[in-house]
Amino acid sequence: MSISSRDLDEIMRLFEQSGFGEMKLEAGDLKLHLRKAGVSSGTAVAIPMQTGSAVPAAMPALPAAPPVGVAVPPLGPGEIDVPSPLLGIYYRAPKPSEPPFVEIGQDVDEDTVIGIVEVMKLMNSVRAGVRGKIVAIHAPNAEMVEFDQPLVRIKAAA
Amino acid sequence: MAIRRILVANRGEIALRIIRSCEALGIETVLAASKADLGSLPARRATRTVCIGPAQAAASYLKVPTMVQAALGTGCDAIHPGYGFLSERSDFARLCENEGLIFIGPSPDQIEAVGDKLKARAVAIEAGVPVVPGGAAETLADALKLGREIGVPLLVKAVGGGGGRGMKLVEDIDRLEETLALASAEAAAAFGDERVYLERYVARGRHVELQVLGDGAGKVVHLGERDCSVQRRYQKLIEESPAPCLPEGLRDDLRIAGVRFARHLSYRGAGTVEFLVDVDRGEFYFLEMNARIQVEHPVTEEITGIDLIAQQIAIAAGEGLALEQDDIRLTGAAIECRINAEQPARDFAPSPGRVAEARWPVGDGIRVDSHIEAGSMVPPYYDSMIAKVIAHGADRKDAIDRLRQALSGTSITGISTNIAFQAKLLADAEFAAGGVDTGYLARLGAREPTLFEV
Repeated sequence: MSISSRDLDEIMRLFEQSGFGEMKLEAGDLKLHLRKAGVSSGTAVAIPMQTGSAVPAAMPALPAAPPVGVAVPPLGPGEIDVPSPLLGIYYRAPKPSEPPFVEIGQDVDEDTVIGIVEVMKLMNSVRAGVRGKIVAIHAPNAEMVEFDQPLVRIKAAA
Repeated sequence: MAIRRILVANRGEIALRIIRSCEALGIETVLAASKADLGSLPARRATRTVCIGPAQAAASYLKVPTMVQAALGTGCDAIHPGYGFLSERSDFARLCENEGLIFIGPSPDQIEAVGDKLKARAVAIEAGVPVVPGGAAETLADALKLGREIGVPLLVKAVGGGGGRGMKLVEDIDRLEETLALASAEAAAAFGDERVYLERYVARGRHVELQVLGDGAGKVVHLGERDCSVQRRYQKLIEESPAPCLPEGLRDDLRIAGVRFARHLSYRGAGTVEFLVDVDRGEFYFLEMNARIQVEHPVTEEITGIDLIAQQIAIAAGEGLALEQDDIRLTGAAIECRINAEQPARDFAPSPGRVAEARWPVGDGIRVDSHIEAGSMVPPYYDSMIAKVIAHGADRKDAIDRLRQALSGTSITGISTNIAFQAKLLADAEFAAGGVDTGYLARLGAREPTLFEV
């Protein structure tokens, strides 16, 4: 697989329009790392991979590992982030067809389930642990979360 | 299948060691780190680091499903387990296989075959590799016959015993009968099991182990042996290759036996076959096989010039074993000192904490495998080893001189270490003469108690 400079322009245009702050792409002997201005230092940079390296150029592209542990905004007064108790896949709903456990604006108490973290097909319920109102949902659905990664934010009841 | 991204399921110096080989091979790394290790050097050096759990190893580095989930969730195609933690867990290796991940190590069956001492002993006997002579006896007549075959000194051991309990030493064969009766009665009282067995007693033993590489299809080569006889309570402190002062015939036989053992299993990957060398009898016996990379692998790398981690990865990727025995040249001698965060003067109590300054030695033939730099945290949750300092020289004396020089240029502040203690050991005449047995350090401590007050 080869990527032309026109493809590159298209990839960068799509990235620019996307809601993502950073993107890594590998295809054949190309490694592409894009980061939006403001997210951190750079603009778009294309890094050609060293030729003659141990990785053959003909190998199919490996999807770049999505960045997790994304930084969340600082906590406001009375706000608490509920961390993931485990590394696993975070699900906002019990099943894909069902509504999420919680939505922004919803009132919760200590025992309200705010999501599930799956570790090798074992489902672990995550509870709010505090009474209050959901003010933000940090972790994307069905993606890997790390241990201690903030899942949702709750404004604790006074 | 080529490997492009490896989950490093370990921490500390071995995690960094694996990451370095991966960098040289153009392979990406994902470090699975506990919360206590997120700021560590390997965590910053890996292509990416994920937090797998809290500091306690039981909830992080020892979690089989979490480790596999981390590899799957980050798009890794292989897992390197390092040593310790999950490295010799067949259930882990099996789960990796079932999930389509390459476990960089032997097959689950091979891990099981060598992980059980009795199974491993049976494999050794099948392979024609010598084991410590001994066995069980049904009748008194059988026991006396077996006792004469084994020869004195021998041990009468309770089947229900272990960890040094339920053992009786027989030095005169004429006293075997009464010792058997006594041991059997005591065993019945102490363990509720009167069965005893006989085993040759090795008064002076050396720990000599053979590094092997296998392709998993029956091809096995060795990379020379290591002597790890300088031990404190079964913890190795100094390791070297080649083993000094071994009778040449014994060295050759031990290498042949180690290869034969691994070949019998069609062993895959890097492994170590451990032997007990009976100094007084001039014989050696199979002890066990370690189905992983070892802490002390650098001394072998230094005298062979072969990157063992890279070999592990190549074999795991299905590239086979490109090395032939004749390609492996053993050059000079190499010695390694383990540097631990501990206080020798306080019975080697661990000394975790924040490292203020770290000055590691550099120079010809000097290698340091460490994840510690100024400001590094040595967490209290894990092993206290913080570094390995390795010297390679033209011969053993040269290597020792270089290692002593290197240690004098090593300085770690903020925590206590055993550096001064190790320097004193290297300066000891008995160690310098070579060929010490595993009782050496305890005898030295009794003879020169001040040695431990550093």
